[in-house]
Amino acid sequence: MIAAALLAVLVAMALVVVRALRGPTTFDRLLAANSIGNLAIVVLALFGFLTERPEFLDLGLTYALLNYVGIFAVLKFFRHGSLGAEAEADKP
Amino acid sequence: MIETAVTIILLLLLGAVTIGIVRVRGLFAAVVLLGIYSLLMATLFIVLDAVDVAMTEAAVGAGVSTVFFLGALSLTDTVEASAKRPQIMPVVVALVTAGALLWGLSDLPEFGSPNQPIHSQGADYLARSIPETGIANVVSAVLASYRSFDTLGETTVVFTAGIGILALLRRRRGEGKS
Repeated sequence: MIAAALLAVLVAMALVVVRALRGPTTFDRLLAANSIGNLAIVVLALFGFLTERPEFLDLGLTYALLNYVGIFAVLKFFRHGSLGAEAEADKP
Repeated sequence: MIETAVTIILLLLLGAVTIGIVRVRGLFAAVVLLGIYSLLMATLFIVLDAVDVAMTEAAVGAGVSTVFFLGALSLTDTVEASAKRPQIMPVVVALVTAGALLWGLSDLPEFGSPNQPIHSQGADYLARSIPETGIANVVSAVLASYRSFDTLGETTVVFTAGIGILALLRRRRGEGKS
């Protein structure tokens, strides 16, 4: 059962990778990157239950936090054109 | 069985993403694809039972590297300069490196084999470390005593990298104000 779910999630991951590679705009790729991060968390959790080590769930939480930091940095880059503090100062 | 299938699927996805990174033109898209590569790699490390390496790969590869690349893009430009003519030297270097790595791979013990050096040597650290070093924690004893010069070198590398990044950011900020 868990193995079937794992394979299904991997199929979803493959579809998202196709979108990331073909995506006409950068935002498609960005959304694909975020989705792959989420799918990686699901793979992590399922694999933990498959090998009977449910403590992998804690690692999934850390992944979610890292994913958040990465996407936040990218979006800040889009909003301000840089990551520096000067862009923060002249924000409307 | 299922683990082998998952490993093969993840490796195929990794190969596809690698070709995508090479072929994509926009540098921003390349940064996003590199983040995807790191996430897939971290998942593969988890399936291969290297959870600590996976943690590092996700934190450094997908997290901090993306931020650093974006910082570099904001300092420079997001469009790649097109090469005038095909360069032959980088291809040669890449092929030689790949050949050397494959050659070295043939010397490794089989994956999961009980005859690996890690299982036959170093097991007596548990008995040796307290009388020799007086440190109660075996991991700390190995890191700080048996491999102390290695750890010192690693700390120096991290420290130097931190100084370099601070120097780059500081100079940029000063230029912006003046």
